Amino acid sequence: MTRRVLGPFNRVEGDLEVKIEVENGAVAQAWVNAPLYRGFEHILRGKNPRDALVYAPRICGICSVSQSVAAARALATAQGLTPVPNGLLATDLSLAVENISDHLSHFYLFFMPDFARPVYSGEAWHADIAARFRAMTGTAASPYLAAHADFKHMLGILAGKWPHTLAVQPGGSTRPVEAQEVIRLLMILSGFRRFLETVVYDAPLEAFAEMTSRTALDHWAQASRGDLARFWRLSQMLNLHHLGRAEDRFMSYGSYGSHAAPLFRSGTYHHGRRADLQAAAISEDASHAWLRQQEGPRHPFAGVTLPDLDRPDGYSWCKAPRLNGEVMEVGALARQVVDGQPLALDLVEHEGGNVRSRVLGRFIEIARLVPAMEGWVKALRPRQPFCETVNLPDEAEGAGLVEAARGALGHWLRISKGHILNYQIIAPTTWNFSPRDEGGRPGALEQALVGAPVRPGEDDPIAVQHIVRSFDPCMVCTVH
Amino acid sequence: MAEPRRPTLLWLQSGGCGGCSMSMLCAEGPDFLTALEAAGIDLLWHPSLSEASGTQLISLLDDIAAGRTVLDILCLEGSVMTGPAGTGRFHMLGGTEKPMMHWLTELAARAAHVVAVGSCAAYGGITAAGGNEAGATGLAHDGEKPGGLLGETFRARSGLPVINIAGCPTHPNWIIETLMQLSLGSFTADDMDALGRPRSYADHLVHHGCPRNEFYEFKASAEQPSDLGCMMENLGCKGTQAHGDCNTRLWNGEGSCLRGGYACINCTAPRFEEPGHPFTATPKFAGIPIGIPTDMPKAWFVAIASLAKAATPHRLRHNAVADHIVVPPSTPKGPKK
Repeated sequence: MTRRVLGPFNRVEGDLEVKIEVENGAVAQAWVNAPLYRGFEHILRGKNPRDALVYAPRICGICSVSQSVAAARALATAQGLTPVPNGLLATDLSLAVENISDHLSHFYLFFMPDFARPVYSGEAWHADIAARFRAMTGTAASPYLAAHADFKHMLGILAGKWPHTLAVQPGGSTRPVEAQEVIRLLMILSGFRRFLETVVYDAPLEAFAEMTSRTALDHWAQASRGDLARFWRLSQMLNLHHLGRAEDRFMSYGSYGSHAAPLFRSGTYHHGRRADLQAAAISEDASHAWLRQQEGPRHPFAGVTLPDLDRPDGYSWCKAPRLNGEVMEVGALARQVVDGQPLALDLVEHEGGNVRSRVLGRFIEIARLVPAMEGWVKALRPRQPFCETVNLPDEAEGAGLVEAARGALGHWLRISKGHILNYQIIAPTTWNFSPRDEGGRPGALEQALVGAPVRPGEDDPIAVQHIVRSFDPCMVCTVH
Repeated sequence: MAEPRRPTLLWLQSGGCGGCSMSMLCAEGPDFLTALEAAGIDLLWHPSLSEASGTQLISLLDDIAAGRTVLDILCLEGSVMTGPAGTGRFHMLGGTEKPMMHWLTELAARAAHVVAVGSCAAYGGITAAGGNEAGATGLAHDGEKPGGLLGETFRARSGLPVINIAGCPTHPNWIIETLMQLSLGSFTADDMDALGRPRSYADHLVHHGCPRNEFYEFKASAEQPSDLGCMMENLGCKGTQAHGDCNTRLWNGEGSCLRGGYACINCTAPRFEEPGHPFTATPKFAGIPIGIPTDMPKAWFVAIASLAKAATPHRLRHNAVADHIVVPPSTPKGPKK
């Protein structure tokens, strides 16, 4: 049995270190460390509550709009405010642009380049995959970056810029959209749809979203020349569906549209059973973090974050969030499964959450989102209000729950005497890359790594790289 | 004849959000990878883009620190994390059991140029807000004070001090153009302002090219988010004081903060993260905004402002507090029939 420390990982957002124990050529145990602590929850204390809209997006440069939306929702809840319809649509559009871009940046820039590594050079498929996806020099990266930059023009219009907008407000958006800009947005979307349908899917988005089984996917992938089909065929050859399974307990806060009628519904899913989300049952424990331990796990409204490097069991800056004491996996796959999307259900029922199904979950989502976005743009009503503004109460509390690209993101805000008394954040990767809890139960990635093969002589085991990146971790969000 | 050696670039991240890299990946005409190739830069490693991970990166860092690999440009994104209590343990570089600030000191000593990307790396930035329990500081400034990690007297191998591409985030072209100038050898000390920022963008004000300028001229002010008027009087906008070309060189194709309907928060300036007032509310004394446009004598500003306010056309007065144009510009009347 040998122990080793892996890191730094790149092509994850932020810094990451993983300790593994290897036995009989496979990972026996894993410990995940988020090695950077900045202290946003401290920075926010005592501030004017509206200033959260400036600080929160700067938690993360890749999930920036999601952080803005969570902060705006927490404030809106505290104010008892519902965004005006145009404001809701504009915010959903901004969030969708960020989520879709993040999914594709993950695929093209972060995840696929691992298959171009020399460790695979003996494989028959390697030359083709490496030519297409090699980091920086593969033929896919530059055209993707150009298409993605065009797509982000939607945020130039709707949010001023990306990342770090202040357009997202509790009552809607600061940016009224004019009639000709509705047309601009539709034009940008149609350009991006063309990129997706020719380069990524090699199929109409609706046709892809209508597939309901792995058999249908197999059939489609044999004929498709798109990048996603390349990945699917590769996943068959490398058995990526046997790699990186955790507990298969999925959670989603639900996303887009009104709370009453979301596009993707909220809830949990575990072994065929769907249940409603009980946000009151969320807790965080700091038993294995470099944080002062409180008596037992706490709901985030009562959460505390106090650095303490002398904690004997501490091995990460990350707390351990749990739902009813359970480890949850969050992300696009979780969103689609909880929503009951047939293909996602078929994948999870047959093979669980794994390296392959996590990737597929993102593409199911994109294929459903882009057509929905076209509808939202058309539903914008120029010359109608985009924002409602009301005064902040001196004493209030509010939670802002949102689905970022990487999964469930929550902000819990308490206002006292007109200032922020407490602000607690649980990010998607806080869930996925959580350390052990007080019962010693490992987090989702820590479980998913168990059993990962380690080849003789491998310094940075390739299977570990695939599993880690299949979650699309965002480490700057994780600890914040 | 052997090809000339291409300038090498190493990009590291520490106490920040990665948003400057993300902004950079929105570069267009051409995309970032094409631009890098055009600049002839050999990217040794970037956290979002490179294949190498783990042990390969650590070997690279060791080689640079030992002088075995030549480093021409070192970019840091994010603050230097010195806390807690000067130990740097708030950011230990994964897999190395050493604080990132240790690596930065070693690598900066070898680099021909050291570039702080974003306000965090330049001055401390957002990460230094509040009580700064994180001990976040810039590479060669702590706020506006020279010092930071490397100290006031630090000079990179080229003789230049740290170049501060401040902004939160940075515009993709601020970075790409500075890197290209460095690569071409055309960037000199004269190209930096008093705070180490490239003058290419820092000699401009955010106010320049703001589409709300007509409202500004007549002090026709927005009162609520989504109003069309000037945001200086009520909504905290610092565009008339902030250094940056955000409204003449747009963001994500057609945007800027002001075009997005929200205030400029002066993110290219040291200590922008602690303005001493709520970001989106203008601090006032006796009803007059405290911060006045850069280089403007205060008495004249007050005099001109009150005159302009008295002369505000009906159209601007109404449009300023509306979220769409309610009074269009008048059309000259044609000859009477």
